[in-house]
Amino acid sequence: MIKDYVYFAFLNFSARKLRTFLTVLGIIIGIAAVVGLISIGEGLQETINEQFRALGGDKLIVTPKGGGFAIGAPSGSADLTKDDLDVVRKSRGMDKAGGMIFKLGQVTYGDERKTPFVSGIPQDETKDIFSDIQTFSIVEGRDLMDGDKYSAVVGILLYEGEYFDKSVKIRDRLTIEGQEFKVVGVLGRIGNPQDDSQILIPLEAAREIFDEPEKLDFIMGQVRPGFTPSDVADSVTRDLRKFRDVDEDEEDFDVQTFEQILETFSDIFSVVQAILIGIAAISLLVGGIGIMNTMYTSVLQRTNEIGLMKSIGARNSDIALLFVIESGFLGLAGGIIGLIIGASMGLLVEFGASQVGLPFNTHLSFTLLVGSLLFSFVTGAVAGVAPAISASKLKPVEALRYE
Amino acid sequence: MKKKAVISLRKVWKIYKMGSATVNALRGVTLDVWQGEFVAIIGPSGSGKSTLMNLVGALDKPSRGHIFLDGKDISLMEESDLAQIRGQKIGFIFQQFNLLPALSATGNVGLPMIFQGIPEAKRVERATELLNSVNLGERLNHKPNELSGGQQQRVAIARALANEPEMLLADEPTGNLDSKTGGEIMSMLEDLHTKKGRTIVLVTHDIHLVKHAERVIYLKDGQIEKVVKNHKRGHKHA
Ligand SMILES: Nc1ncnc2c1ncn2[C@@H]1O[C@H](COP(=O)(O)OP(=O)(O)OP(=O)(O)O)[C@@H](O)[C@H]1O
Ligand SMILES: [Mg+2]
Repeated sequence: MIKDYVYFAFLNFSARKLRTFLTVLGIIIGIAAVVGLISIGEGLQETINEQFRALGGDKLIVTPKGGGFAIGAPSGSADLTKDDLDVVRKSRGMDKAGGMIFKLGQVTYGDERKTPFVSGIPQDETKDIFSDIQTFSIVEGRDLMDGDKYSAVVGILLYEGEYFDKSVKIRDRLTIEGQEFKVVGVLGRIGNPQDDSQILIPLEAAREIFDEPEKLDFIMGQVRPGFTPSDVADSVTRDLRKFRDVDEDEEDFDVQTFEQILETFSDIFSVVQAILIGIAAISLLVGGIGIMNTMYTSVLQRTNEIGLMKSIGARNSDIALLFVIESGFLGLAGGIIGLIIGASMGLLVEFGASQVGLPFNTHLSFTLLVGSLLFSFVTGAVAGVAPAISASKLKPVEALRYE
Repeated sequence: MKKKAVISLRKVWKIYKMGSATVNALRGVTLDVWQGEFVAIIGPSGSGKSTLMNLVGALDKPSRGHIFLDGKDISLMEESDLAQIRGQKIGFIFQQFNLLPALSATGNVGLPMIFQGIPEAKRVERATELLNSVNLGERLNHKPNELSGGQQQRVAIARALANEPEMLLADEPTGNLDSKTGGEIMSMLEDLHTKKGRTIVLVTHDIHLVKHAERVIYLKDGQIEKVVKNHKRGHKHA
């Protein structure tokens, strides 16, 4: 009668609380690690997915081959031009597309000269494609707008006086590649020195000062609602291949969707998670061995009891079941404690994240909850099989005589 | 009244092999335990009493010879069938009481019923009844370590009766008790025999205890030396 065996198991645990706790420590750590990592990981992935979708789920990016987000295409690779942009614009499922330039530029302020990144951003109707994915905000002054020519928005480090000796203020004048620009706004902090020291100017002005009437470093398109970004990316690739007259798999350009970038990220994420779970699995294995050891000790200590139970009618299968249930519940006990610790770890991380303003929810799925408990029970039960069999095989007379 | 054997031993040997040495603990014992009788097995230490009792109680199988329980040869039975039969037909009472320390008196008495698949409510009801009958109605929820030796042995007697066995086997039941408490246990066993008609096999080396039995089997060096009928007691229940 299983219910009675479960009851016996709990009587035995409460008779040896410390040993029970020490035995299940491995399981506790293993389950806590698994639950903590997965719930935090799933939460993190969800957050990242959400952010990516909100920013640019419907966007795709065309860059010269090998260019990616890095600056300047490697030598020998063909540039993208306005004509390519026109091709992209006409691709099936494309709503609108724009191009931008970014280059290192000679910038003079007062009598100091430096070489920060200068980006030329279109100011026509394609501007919002870029501003959608640019997470930065204007903290001082205003953004660039249609009709601006020699106007500039500067990174926060320039404004704070961390880049040039003197801080750059609204309405100050900067000389970029020999052309004077008026500062109209300041970008909020992005977090890395390169982005925080950049200068944004209108695309037309950038074409002029860098003497690049045709070239584009970066084309970004927005997919028409109802179309799948990856399908549109395929047709853009096809159209550009034809236009640029290159063979398949020999393209001198890359078309990427945020979906793909997200996938790459997910892949890396899964690998990291798999490694961590591997480590957790090892600790579960160690936990299982700990339970097995304890169960063998328990069989020895209770040899007399086993003999007694056999003498009053317990079959071998009853004894085996009794011990398997006991070790299963030993595992389950560890699993429950581990689950509580793991879930608390997740909540702690969530709280920590909220303190620094990160929107992040740990995600403890029902599958994870039930799965981890089931797994800890099974681990315990499996670990108990060998000791249980050895208990069931004891000869009643000898077991009764055992002291 | 036609006598019915609860268990029959025919030329039973028990041989223990210890490395190269062999111990003939029993050497061709033939014995019947009749339904309703009170039989005592007495003999010096090492004479084979416990060995014999283990065989009578189907806890062990003979090396040679046959043991018939309800007409079936136990040498031919599976261990798990044997366990079922022990649970149903035999009630053991041990010198060391052998109660489970984690269980209450009720729990210990209910234990043999678990292995027969009897539902909990029924078990508790019957355990309570049995504990009342051994005057432990006030100690139902006590753990063994909260009970005196005599009380523990009374719990063990109640446990032995749990499944209405055909025979009670007691191996030195008073061995761990003082003489007064031992006397109480003995008269309890005697009552079970005279008033309830229980079959009782008592193993002891104490000559004073055999006065309770109807038949006394003297064991020496693994053989039955003599069987003595105790006429003073023999006719009481018949
Ligand atoms: N498992 C065993 N292995 C080897 N020899 C054993 C075993 N059990 C009993 N013997 C031997 O068998 C003989 C009979 O033992 P048994 O325990 O039946 O004696 P007993 O009459 O019950 O003695 P006591 O009064 O001391 O309990 C003894 O010589 C003992 O050493
Ligand atoms: Mg003995």
